[in-house]
Amino acid sequence: MDEQDDISKEIAELHAVAPGMAQPLLDFPPYRSSLLRHPTNALRHVDPEGCELLAPVFGPGEVDPMEADLTSQHGGQPHGERITVHGRLLDADGRPVRHQLIEIWQANAAGRYSHKRDQHPAPVDPYFTGAGRCLTDEEGRYGFTTIKPGPYPWRNHRNAWRPAHIHFSVFGSDFTQRLITQMYFPGDPLFPLDPIYQSITDAKARDRLVATYDHSLSAPEWSMGYRWDIVLTGSHSTPMQREDP
Amino acid sequence: MSALPVTPGQTIGPFYGYALPYSRGHELVPPGHTRAIRLHGTVYDGQGVPIPDALLEIRQADETGTVPVADGSLRREGMVFTGWGRCGTDPAGRYSFITVEPGSTAPGAAPFFAVALFARGLLDRLFTRAYLPGDPAALARDTLLSQLSRERRQTLIATREGDGSLRFDIRLQGDRETVYLAFPRHAAAEGGLTRRLAADG
Repeated sequence: MDEQDDISKEIAELHAVAPGMAQPLLDFPPYRSSLLRHPTNALRHVDPEGCELLAPVFGPGEVDPMEADLTSQHGGQPHGERITVHGRLLDADGRPVRHQLIEIWQANAAGRYSHKRDQHPAPVDPYFTGAGRCLTDEEGRYGFTTIKPGPYPWRNHRNAWRPAHIHFSVFGSDFTQRLITQMYFPGDPLFPLDPIYQSITDAKARDRLVATYDHSLSAPEWSMGYRWDIVLTGSHSTPMQREDP
Repeated sequence: MSALPVTPGQTIGPFYGYALPYSRGHELVPPGHTRAIRLHGTVYDGQGVPIPDALLEIRQADETGTVPVADGSLRREGMVFTGWGRCGTDPAGRYSFITVEPGSTAPGAAPFFAVALFARGLLDRLFTRAYLPGDPAALARDTLLSQLSRERRQTLIATREGDGSLRFDIRLQGDRETVYLAFPRHAAAEGGLTRRLAADG
């Protein structure tokens, strides 16, 4: 099995070969699972048509506001550091994405997912599943209450650890804006070692995945507050089409 | 023109299974619907091995070619066609949607399902299209398909099976690798040249 030094060397080489990439390189061998799971042909550029121009929409009747609180799903307080994550969902033109679905999932405080395939011998928390969702409001704002996830080991190489993260699944107003990504926590010492995070070779773009600790969002004697805004690619509809009714 | 720098994607990872799939996510119409069809297939890696931890989403027009903008996808009650569905692959790498065939969204346009693909090992989502096989003239006129070699074009056209269902296999890599798409507003987000060095086909 490869050592971290081997992986780190490969990361450095790829950063030298393809610097400044603001999206992950799909062909990123240090992330071993990507070897057989990336296309080798260039993406084909095409104008979106019909169904690609419209994202699905979701209604308040389908998403209970309680689903945004991951700490209250099992009748007891989960272990770990209680946090809130707040932010805005915007498109590249700065327009808020209103009333749209955000789904999250994450490991518990010990770094264990409530998923049958997670074999990490860390404790399962009976009070924490780690999945939640919400709809953005009129200004594109969202908010979740959860616990800070722990880092966890994986088998990409020997002694591989993922930095703590929350998975985010997000829709825009076009289907072409669909995004699944991961939010990280500031100052994580695992950042330089992680081939998934480092598959983005532009440092500023990587930083956009890192939430900010915002003391004004911390609640006294209750929770620590983080802020993370999400910016989707631009919409293809014209300003006229986008006019609100 | 883009004012704000875009948030990069990251892999869906291996553990979305308890969070994203949901009851009847793959049933865009109830199974008993009179014109229900199956859109199904297998997702393969570069060695032809089925991928058991991929997730697909489809977006489509209704039978008349109208793209619905209606909620109700998460809590399906069978009354509203929302034109969107989600399905994870099974241990054999297979997915299956129950839906209706989309109509043309413009006169003479070749109907297709828009597909978004996610998987462990895939660092960012991929977009593709699953075209209906029925109308060779419309397929021949299609802007995207007409730019592709015959071999590449075939990767985007579903096959009609003996039972009437539509089969659309997806290959992430290899000699029959599916054609994947980038849209104009994605270009600014890429922030580099190497991803769009050469047009394929």
